[in-house]
Amino acid sequence: MSGFIKVLEGLDRRWIYLAMAISVAGPIIYIGLTGRTLPESATPAAEAVYNAIEELPARSRVLFSFDFDPGSGGELIPMATSLVHQCAARGHKMYFIALWPLGPQLIEDTIKRVITADYPHLKEGVDFVNFGYQAGNEAVMKVMLTDFVKAFPKTKTGDASAQVPMMEGVTRASDFPLLITISAGYPGAKEWVQYVVSSSGGKVKMVTGCTGVQTPQLYPYFPGQLAGMLGAIKGAAEYESLVNANLAKTSGDAKVQPKYQEAQRRMGPQLGAHLLMVALIVLGNIAYFAKRREGARASA
Amino acid sequence: MKPSRNWIVVLAVVAALIGIRAFSGQGMGRVFVKAEPITVQVAADARMGTPAQSVSWTRWSAVPAKAYFAAERANPQQTEIQFSWARTMGLWLAAFLTLAIFSFMYRDNPAYRFAEAAIVGVSAAYWMTIGFWDTIVPKLLGSVWPNFVKANILPSLAEQSTVQVVAMWAALVLGIMLLMRLSSKGAWISMWPLAFIIGVTAGLKIVSHVESDLLQQSVATFKPLLALERGADGAVAMAPTVWLSLRNVLIVVGVLSCLTYFFFSVEHKGLVGRSARVGVWYLMITFGAAFGFTVMGRVALLAARVEFLFDDWLWLIDPSGKRVVETLSMVVG
Repeated sequence: MSGFIKVLEGLDRRWIYLAMAISVAGPIIYIGLTGRTLPESATPAAEAVYNAIEELPARSRVLFSFDFDPGSGGELIPMATSLVHQCAARGHKMYFIALWPLGPQLIEDTIKRVITADYPHLKEGVDFVNFGYQAGNEAVMKVMLTDFVKAFPKTKTGDASAQVPMMEGVTRASDFPLLITISAGYPGAKEWVQYVVSSSGGKVKMVTGCTGVQTPQLYPYFPGQLAGMLGAIKGAAEYESLVNANLAKTSGDAKVQPKYQEAQRRMGPQLGAHLLMVALIVLGNIAYFAKRREGARASA
Repeated sequence: MKPSRNWIVVLAVVAALIGIRAFSGQGMGRVFVKAEPITVQVAADARMGTPAQSVSWTRWSAVPAKAYFAAERANPQQTEIQFSWARTMGLWLAAFLTLAIFSFMYRDNPAYRFAEAAIVGVSAAYWMTIGFWDTIVPKLLGSVWPNFVKANILPSLAEQSTVQVVAMWAALVLGIMLLMRLSSKGAWISMWPLAFIIGVTAGLKIVSHVESDLLQQSVATFKPLLALERGADGAVAMAPTVWLSLRNVLIVVGVLSCLTYFFFSVEHKGLVGRSARVGVWYLMITFGAAFGFTVMGRVALLAARVEFLFDDWLWLIDPSGKRVVETLSMVVG
């Protein structure tokens, strides 16, 4: 036993990095080759996001705020893909904005990947519109509460926002029955809750998809100020499986495109990495208590 | 055997595997593009004195490798889909930078330092450019000298109201006053805009924080300790009632005990001490949950990078069906 503990104490940390690399890479290769993913069952927070979109009447206005950059894409792009996928399938009108400078490129990428590829009948300006990035963080949110066009006077393509056909009837943030923010930090979901949802006196309903780091900070807002929440890649995987299962039911086509299973694929490496971490924590504790016992014995 | 030798063996095996992959089957890490001719009719602009004209250009869009292989099989002479040197170099650069950053886990090295410096430099330059073109030009210069900016820099600049123009002149003056901080004699002038910034920020934040984080969160804490859940027949459903009541009790106890822990006006003894101890447990569970979520987030990012290396660069896996014609199973089998 003492020899094993000595090995643990003197273990080069690079062996742990290698073990982590293998535990992540192994499942990625397995899932990449077989296409098999782990089963997911949706928690109430993810179900609430799904229901918030599903319960809206068709052609409802949904405002998307892409408040992240490619650095958080591993967690948030799968959420963005599935959220747009569900809204497009339900026939909602989608309004895209970004409070992060790199948001517009991610919006364009999502539009191309989901709307252009799978919903080619949807027209820009009629069914969806990209307003791009606006600097100003909370100030933009405050302006949107009273005047959306003032906050976003032009679309990404340079057209006057007021002239866009789908802007008819839109004056302020509360004209959108649902606000979806995909958030990686500041400004993000917390600021949307503080400056828009709370200030609107309950007129603005919001759901969010956020990074793992933000999730514990946002949980207290659910289910009051946040109608639904996708926390980290787990939330994304739950929501993805829910959307895929229900769309397959309505369309009768059980085959799901790989781009709509990105989060579910990433739960394999999560499992590998988490098992390794649990094992390391257990081993670390065994070594700690064994050493303490040895120390107590030696002093006695 | 010294640990460093073990690591040399591990790295050599990885390098050999990459070498084998590069020269087997269809190879790896290539990007293909398709030509898309675009023609746009531009209306005459009397202000700029340009006539109506037709403008054409070619847009090269990335296409999946399987489209290139299929096109080559159908017609080896085709030029519609081509190999892109520029984008392939970009892909290999991305793979190199990813591996360079990962290499720090082995030890600090020149490749890591190069990647780190590149990220810092590119980020700084990017943010400076964004700040200039998205804030200074359209918001400040566009309001202060709208005609000049519209004619020479930003033709799509929106019309500015008089109030906006006056506000931006005030912002320009405050901005210049803030820069006086750099002067040894006039540094005191920068205190005025600083006071303005602090005042406005505090005003905005206090109102929203009180509303969203104090009042609405307090309301969310007032839960019935016995929450009766009724079924479709109107009778009390036992299991949901128990679970919901338990959840509410946990929330109320958690809030009260955590508040007690941070209440230092009374010594933490007796009932107060026990309540504070429960509060400590709640805090520890919260920190654990936060740590768990952080780990999950970081592993998701790591998985995304590893997926990029295996899929886009090494062509070992093909989860999105970009190549289909070849995967690891085909190379091995």
